[in-house]
This record gives sequence, C-alpha cells and structure tokens, in this order.
Amino acid sequence: MSQSTPELTKPTPRKVVLPRELHPVAWWVWALGMAAAASMTTNPWILLTIVAVAAIVVEFRRGDAPWALSFGFYLWFGLIIVVIRVVFRIIFGGAMGPDDPVLFSLPSIPLPEVARGIELLGDVTLGSVLAGLYDGMRLAALIICVGAANSLANPRQLLASIPPALYEVGTALVVALSVFPQLADSVKRVTKARRLRGEPGKGVSATRRIVIPVLEDALERSMTLAASMDSRGYGRAGDTPLRDRWLTGTLMIVAMIGLAVGSYGFLDGTAPRILAWPMLGIGVLFAVASMWAAGKRVKRTRYRTIRWQFGEYSAVGSGLAVAIGLKFAGAEHVGVMYPPVDSWPELLPVVILIPLIGALPAILTPPALRDEDTMEGE
Amino acid sequence: MNIVELNDVSFAYDDSGPTILTDVNLALFEGELVLVSGRTGSGKSTLLRMFNGLVPHFSGGTLRGDVVLKGESIVGKPPRELADFVGFVPQDPLSSFVGSTVEEELAYGMEQLGLDQQTMRRRVEETLDLLGIAHLRRRSVRALSGGQQQRVAIGAVLTTHPKLLVLDEPTSALDPMAAEDVLATISRLTQDLALTVVIAEHRMERVVPFVDRIAIVENGRVRIGDPAEALIESPVAPPIVELGRLAGWRPLPLSVRDARSQARTNPLTLGKPEPRATHTGECALSARDIVVQYGTKVAVNRVDVNLNRGEVLALMGRNGCGKSSLMWALQGTGRRTGGTVDVDGDDPADLKADEARMLVGLVPQTAADLLYLESVADECAAADQHAGAEAGTTRALLDRLAPGIEQQKHPRDLSEGQRLSLVLAIVLSAEPEVVLLDEPTRGLDYPAKHALAEMLADLAHRRHAIMVSTHDVEFVAQVADRAIVMADGDIVSQGLAADVLAESPAFAPQVSKILGPEWLTIEQVQAARESGASDA
Repeated sequence: MSQSTPELTKPTPRKVVLPRELHPVAWWVWALGMAAAASMTTNPWILLTIVAVAAIVVEFRRGDAPWALSFGFYLWFGLIIVVIRVVFRIIFGGAMGPDDPVLFSLPSIPLPEVARGIELLGDVTLGSVLAGLYDGMRLAALIICVGAANSLANPRQLLASIPPALYEVGTALVVALSVFPQLADSVKRVTKARRLRGEPGKGVSATRRIVIPVLEDALERSMTLAASMDSRGYGRAGDTPLRDRWLTGTLMIVAMIGLAVGSYGFLDGTAPRILAWPMLGIGVLFAVASMWAAGKRVKRTRYRTIRWQFGEYSAVGSGLAVAIGLKFAGAEHVGVMYPPVDSWPELLPVVILIPLIGALPAILTPPALRDEDTMEGE
Repeated sequence: MNIVELNDVSFAYDDSGPTILTDVNLALFEGELVLVSGRTGSGKSTLLRMFNGLVPHFSGGTLRGDVVLKGESIVGKPPRELADFVGFVPQDPLSSFVGSTVEEELAYGMEQLGLDQQTMRRRVEETLDLLGIAHLRRRSVRALSGGQQQRVAIGAVLTTHPKLLVLDEPTSALDPMAAEDVLATISRLTQDLALTVVIAEHRMERVVPFVDRIAIVENGRVRIGDPAEALIESPVAPPIVELGRLAGWRPLPLSVRDARSQARTNPLTLGKPEPRATHTGECALSARDIVVQYGTKVAVNRVDVNLNRGEVLALMGRNGCGKSSLMWALQGTGRRTGGTVDVDGDDPADLKADEARMLVGLVPQTAADLLYLESVADECAAADQHAGAEAGTTRALLDRLAPGIEQQKHPRDLSEGQRLSLVLAIVLSAEPEVVLLDEPTRGLDYPAKHALAEMLADLAHRRHAIMVSTHDVEFVAQVADRAIVMADGDIVSQGLAADVLAESPAFAPQVSKILGPEWLTIEQVQAARESGASDA
C-alpha cells in the first residue's frame, strides 16, 4: 500500500446487490397485488401476461428451499382448474345467446321434471366453452399468484414477522410446521412396520393399528418439545406489573366489543350507520393499542430480522402499481377487461403493459440465497 | 464452590406410590464432569431433570427436600426461569428442536432471554466454532446426521451461557464414531468453558476415562464418588471394569491404557480361550445382488448375503450405510430394486405380507411401532390370532424370552428390554426360520444387553437363523458367530466375528484391546479362569 498518494480521486462507491432473503411480507404484497389485478378481468391476454410475469419473477428470485419448488405444482393446479371449468361447461351446456355458434352436438340426456331447466350435454356452443375458459383462467391466475408468493416467501420468516403480542400464536404455527413432516414420517414408518405383524384386515382395527402408535409417538414428541422449550426459557414471565396487565386486558376487551358491534352494523343494512364504520374504526384502534401494550412488556428479541430496503419497497410498489393501474385502466375500457364471448378478445397495449410492471422485482430485488453459496466450509 | 446441592431430596409421582428417589444428598462442584449411571428406570432421568425444575414442574409428583442452585433454592421455580443458568439437552435432539435451521435453533434460547441482536449474533458465531458446525449454519436441522443434530442441540443451550449443562444420554442413538465425537466435544467444553457438566450415559466405556466423579443411582439411592471406587460395586459397568473386578485390580482401571499397565504389573494367568463352538447348519436364507435404490441414492449396492440356521450374523457399519435398507429388503416387505432372496425356495417379496413373515421375521428399529393395544395380554392374544397359532403361544414365547412380565401392563410402561422381548415374541409367533433384528441394543443397559444376547443365543440354538444390526462391538463380541461390515451400501468386510473384530482397531472390543485379539468377552476370560482353576 503506498502511503503518499498526493491526490486521491474520490472513488465512486460501487453498488453491489448481495444475495439475501427478501422480507416475506413484501413478496406477499406483490403477489396479492398481482392477484387483485387478475381478479379484475377475464381477458385471456391480460391473464396470460399476469401468469407469465409471476412465473418469470419466481424463476429469477426463488431460493432452493423446499417451498420454493412448489411453483410448478401451482401451474399444474391452474391448468386443472381451467380444464374442469371447460368440461363443466360442456356437460351442463346451455347457449350464451340465440346466435351463439354451435361447435358440436352431443346426445342430450333428459333429466326428470324436478331438474327442469338443466340440460346435460346436448349442443356445445362456442360461447359457453369460451366463458368457461375465461372464468377458469381467472381463477387459475389467482391461484398461481398465491403460489408465486408461496414459493418466494419463507413461511417461517413470515411467522417470525408477526407482532410480538401474537408471539404465542406464531410459535404454535412454527411448531405445527415442524411437526407435520415428523407426523408424515411416523405414519410411513408405522404403516411399514404394520406389515411385519401380518395383513391388518379392514376397517376400524386396521386404522387403529396405524393411528394408535402414531398418536402415541406424536404425544411423546410434543411432550419432549414442550419440555425442551420450557427449559430453554419459552414463556418467561419476567415481572410485569399488575397495572400493565390490566391495561392490556381492558384495551383488548374494548377492541373486541368495537369489532363485534362494528362488523354487525356493517353487514346488517338496517342497523344505524353509526354502528358500522365508526365502531369498526374504534375496534381497530383499540386492537392496535392493546397489541402495542402487550408487545411492550414482552422481553423477547429476534435474531436476524430482515430490514426493509429498496428490494422490499420495489416489490411492494410494483405489485400495488399493477393492481391500481389496472383498476383505473379497466374503468375506461370495460369491454377489454370483460371481453364478450362472441368475438376475438381485444388486445389493448395499455392493459397489457400494466401487468408487465409486476415483472420488475425480477431485476430490482436482490437474488435469493442458495445453499451452494453457504457450502464453502464443507 | 458448590454449584448445585440436593439436600434430603425425595421424589414420588404420587403420594401413595413408590418413591423414585429417596433422601438424596448430592453436591456438585464448579467445573466438574459427573457421570450419572444406573440401570434403565432407576431414576437417572428424574435426577437430571431436578436440576432445572422439569421435575416436578413438568412431570408432576411430589418433591420433598431442597434443591439449591448457586446458593439459592429453586424449589417451586419453573424451568423457564432457570434457562439462563441450566442448559438441559434431552435424549432425542430432533424432537426438541424449535427452529428450522441450525442458526435459528442456536438463537432460540437467546431470543427468549431477550438478548440484543449483536450479542446474539456474536454468541451464535462463537458457538458454531466451538462445536465445529459452522459449515452447517443454514442447513435444516432435520437434514443433519444424528451426531450433528446432537451437537446442534448442545450448542442451542450453550448460547445462553449456562453454568450447568445437563445431558440425558446424548449418544444413545449415535454410531460409535459420532458418539466419540460428541463425547470429545463435551469433555472439551468442561476444559474450555469451566462448565459443570452432568451426563447420563449407557455407553459408559467411552465416558468413564474422563469423568471426575460418578453418581450411581440404585434403588432410589444415589451415591457419588471417585470413578475407580464407585464402580467397584456398580450394577452397571463397562467391560474394562468387569475385567478389573475379575482380576482383582485396584484401583480399578478406567481406560485401556490403565488396564494394560495393570495387566503388565499384575498379569492375569490365562490359558488359551476356548474355541468358539460354530454351529453352522444348512443355509436358511440366501440373497444375491440385492440393490435398494431411493431416487438416485443407492442405499444397498449389489450385496450377497448367506444366513445359516443356528448362527447369529452381526451387521455393522455407521448410521445410514444401508443396514436397515438391507434388512427390510431381505424381509420382503421393504423396497428392493434388484436381486433375489431365497428362503426355502421362496422369495419373500413375491409373497403376501402374511406369508412373508412366516419365512422372515423382522424386529424394526422402533419396535414400539408394532404395538397398538392396551395390555401385554391383548397384544399376545392378537399375535396368536394373526399367526393362526394356538392361544397362549406368544405368551409362552414371551415367558421364555423375558419371564414374569405382568399380563395387564400397558406395553408403553414396559422397560426397553421388556418391550423388545414382547415385539420379538410377536414376530416369533409366526414361526419364521429367519429372524432379523434392526438395532435392538438401542437404549439397553449392560444387563439388558446381556439378557438379549442370551435370548439370541437360545434362538440360534433352536435352529433359527439370526441377523442383528448393531453399533455395539461388545454386543457383537458376545453374541455373533459371523459379522458383516457395511459402508456406503457395500460390504467392506465379512467373516467370523472374531476375525472381523480383530481386523480393525475401531471395532476391537475392550477385552481384546487389553488381552490381545484372541480374547473377545468377559465370559471367555471367566470361563478360562474357571477351567484354569479346576485344572490346577
């Protein structure tokens, strides 16, 4: 290193985007934005764009954890939904209008008098098949968007980011998450072992031979887990003054009353309006306050929380932009959003471009951590 | 300074029932490593769980007397309030994990204590290094090997910087190498961290050389003392100690080195060991080219096995080397990708499960999976019915294997050894010629292992062909005629048990390490001494 460089040109800081895990809430907001957009339209072009965008982002930004591999399953699931919708339309037929062109005719199955008005098979029209197709595609796109969130967001981190007052609920869910694979293992093991005692027969006794050992196993395991959590400090009370506990309790009860009355007022149109929004508002306000009060006395910390940075904001922003953009664009082009089934669905550049905003996280968010990056020690 | 004191402590699950521990007085010093030993069910676990309040807080029951931690009574305090002082590692690490990855697991205890992020991060890194698991940090805890899991479980309690570490049989599910690793780690902790460690352990032979004191739990009483003295009258003792007792060596040798030097200065006069009776009969099971494949992983790779009537074949190798896969494949109900098995002209895989079990019986690793009824009597009756045997057959078998088990007892309440006998009796009720046992020695103490060895010898004597997979070299030395060592799906060594054990220092039983390869077990030495005495 030279010590006497007379003039240092100030180096421009190099921006490096390091691989890291994005906050799961960011992925969920992005995915729900996309899903909301999908729910606003039956135009197959827009829906296909949304699915494609989701697939691209997943492909670019998923890690290699088990949940990350689930996206393909959601794609298949979407396809099955579309097929089922179309098949239903064929079976339950019915033309969409007087001049709906008939694609092909199947022998119609007459139904008894009680079910009049429903026709099985019969003429299959283009309109009904297209309506089924569009509808199915919309549902499939919704599910695929949720699937994208599932494969991108770490479910455990999601649970870890719930407010401290709900910590116990979160822990229960975390434990359930880890118990499930164990339960599956133990069912597999017991089913295998059962054959060593000969054919089990049928019915109750056969089920019993699996259920009893599995439950005994599960019970034993949960006792061990509970003992282990207890001895590691789970549920340490510390010293909460009685006054604080009273405060939290009171806030919580007021919140519950507000929410209950408010939602009743909101749902029942004949109830006075004063019971609807104002009460709901009060309920939410107090709920937040009680959570805050409860959270304040919790003496627990989090290891390695994920900070909200540019990547998170870009994901949230693009997801919301797609939903809001399509809402406004759709209001002006209702015919494009819900295309009639008797003509080719319209392809309008504006409404196709808006969902493409959702693809930005594929570039703007940091890449996901992969296991091979952490294997250098082996 | 005493870190823990038990003053006149008695414990019973209910007031009318028997006391588990009676008038226990015990004081542990700072920085010492104490081994708690005793027979299964003697109250070892109860004693360990008192140190952090799990007994009586979690177990129920009545505790009398006083438990003092660092000068303060903890009676009435729940375990969670002691989490920063006592680290408790339960027997099965996997079912005690709360986090999903190694790092999360290590941080969990600190999160509960409310430490700040920087401290947590620093301690996690320190602990990862201390236990040599830094490369596993992001791994899922479920994907680790048994030894790694155990080290993570230890790390998870160390991060809260406890003064006392309590370990309940940390190596009972590990293969010898992994067990050695974990125990070496533990002994290093006592050196590096000045931690007081209390450990309960079945495999005493591996811990005894480096413990400071031994607490022996027997009939509800606890006595503690210097290892060499305490072991003179211990109900459970490693072979080395038994040899020392037999030879009258004082002080009792605790390590192979000690014993060798004792043997030099105070030699045992022994003749030649009696040649082992080989009772190999005709071939009962012959397997060719067995392949077991899971996805792309080849668990068993073209293995040939012959199993003869009247012999006990030991199957050894580290965890995950394909032992269980091979056994299940031979039994016929497990997965088999290739190869043939011939038992009396039939391949069990071609038969229905009902018929396969009449040819080959298998006692699986978790034997309790086979049990589903409320009493021993019900289980026996169901087994008779399944096997189409006469009523009482299974019970008679059970009585031969382990006499005197109460009919009305719940199978879950039996000791490990008794439960194993019950499952073995159920398997035998179908009268299979070939009996396979997968890791039956897990969780058995020395006397129970001895009983199992006698059971197997008796079955072999009745012309059954027996194959038993185990990690326990001492058990192999005791019971096996032939041995096979597997590694990574292949057979790497096979032959007479004595030869296989003598071939590799890792597999040599303690007696051969001291007296030479021709001696395998205490029984041999004893027999030679007796015949030597009668000759003289």
